[in-house]
Amino acid sequence: MCGIIGLMAKREDLRQSLGELVQPMFDCMAERGPDSAGLAVFGTALEPPHLRFSLFSESAGYDWSGMARSLDRDLGCSAELVTRDNHAEVVAAVEGDSLRQWIKQRADGVRVLAVGHSIELFKDVGRPDEVARRYGFSALRGTHCVGHTRMATESQVSPAHAHPFTAGEDFCLVHNGSLSNPYSLRRLLEEENLEFETDNDSEAACRFLQWRMRKGDTIERALGAALEKIDGFYTFLIGTAKQMVLIRDPFACKPAVVAETDQYVAISSEFRSLAHLPGVAEANIFEPLPEQIYVWRVAA
Amino acid sequence: MKPVRLDLSMTSVRELNDYLHHRLAAAGVRVVEILNPNGLHNIAVGLDYPVEVNLRGNAGYFIGGMNKQARINVYGNVGWSVAENIMSGSVYIKGNASECTAASGHGGLVVIEGDSSSRCGISMKGCDIVVGGSVGHMSGFMAQAGNLLVCGDAGAHLGDSLYEAVIYVRGKIHSLGADACEEPMTAADHATVGQLLKRAEIELSSKDFKRVASARTLYHWNAEAHQEY
Repeated sequence: MCGIIGLMAKREDLRQSLGELVQPMFDCMAERGPDSAGLAVFGTALEPPHLRFSLFSESAGYDWSGMARSLDRDLGCSAELVTRDNHAEVVAAVEGDSLRQWIKQRADGVRVLAVGHSIELFKDVGRPDEVARRYGFSALRGTHCVGHTRMATESQVSPAHAHPFTAGEDFCLVHNGSLSNPYSLRRLLEEENLEFETDNDSEAACRFLQWRMRKGDTIERALGAALEKIDGFYTFLIGTAKQMVLIRDPFACKPAVVAETDQYVAISSEFRSLAHLPGVAEANIFEPLPEQIYVWRVAA
Repeated sequence: MKPVRLDLSMTSVRELNDYLHHRLAAAGVRVVEILNPNGLHNIAVGLDYPVEVNLRGNAGYFIGGMNKQARINVYGNVGWSVAENIMSGSVYIKGNASECTAASGHGGLVVIEGDSSSRCGISMKGCDIVVGGSVGHMSGFMAQAGNLLVCGDAGAHLGDSLYEAVIYVRGKIHSLGADACEEPMTAADHATVGQLLKRAEIELSSKDFKRVASARTLYHWNAEAHQEY
């Protein structure tokens, strides 16, 4: 099992309370995935050359301020820093790859969870309702978010193995299911010089899709390729700066339910975690079909 | 006697089921109203008493599982495996159902007024299922006995590896599964379909339905088939 969660707000007032609506979904889906949780939230895009970096350190007392000073000194990027528990958000005028490289060489034990103009990402081990409180999910604002509660079945429980997984910029994926051929996907991608952070099957799917998109595919074409190449059980929910995308494997082995109103699109593994949403009794509630690609776009 | 009302925003599913199993009969209750199910799982599972249960809202997984005698009406949608292993009585769903409706059901009647998604009637063993809308892929998979009646369309691989259950479909069949075949409707089939429609309170004519049953080529191992069926 695992739980997937997605919410896209169609109206400005709901964007201000996105986190308040999402927090109860984590409380409920904790039963499907009690060992870790994560959430990627997409908000107002930063103007280039600024990028937002979501960082994580396993050491509780990590000197984030010291890191930010060194970063300024080395890259001259006037980094702004907000920390919360084991997580830090850095906004800086720097190329994504430059900062990734710098972190790898100079910031021992720090991992880059996400990079982009819009994305901010939190993930950690622990009961999902507690993770959600620790990182203040209920206060988050944004146009849409993609979340996950994990029950590990094929690789270890660690903060890095929690979902969402990211690749490139403003791109993340959560997965309920298990893949049969993640290692052949990895070999394919390693030949293209892609690097992996974990041995997790969902990371392979995430990097495969983002690699296809970097080569020019639309998300629809990339998912068409995934249907051919990826073997196993999956409900994938993908977040990009302007989209939320859902697909289920050809057997529809893993659940998903969608509730859509004129105010929001909400997605979950189970209806019970949507039952608190305003107007859900009148929502268009449906089960996504197998192999069908569902794309929801952020309204201007 | 007035219906008993139970509110799942104030009572746990465990308490509700305990009441339905152990205290209902002694109190002589004939009708139970359940409010605010909010997608919770395992509601009204394992009933064995001739009571009418009305559920106002959407239920989660396994609603009405293992039912005996009771009539359960859900005024909403239901999740996976509604009426799983139903033995007798009936379960009526006014909305849509998710996957595995009435999986391995032995007896009784399950009516889904809307659509029922993948694997509807998987391994059914004698129950009757009537779906007012359409069913998803692999419906009737390895169904052993009973009838599955679909008023709308059927998804891919209908009736794969069927045993002796019979499937009736009014709309389009996307594709038949291994060993499933379309057969002519007999007078007995028309009578069965007519009765099922009547019990499900659906006003349609049996003449528009097709019959799908097992070709029985999988009943015996055929080494020369090289696993191709």
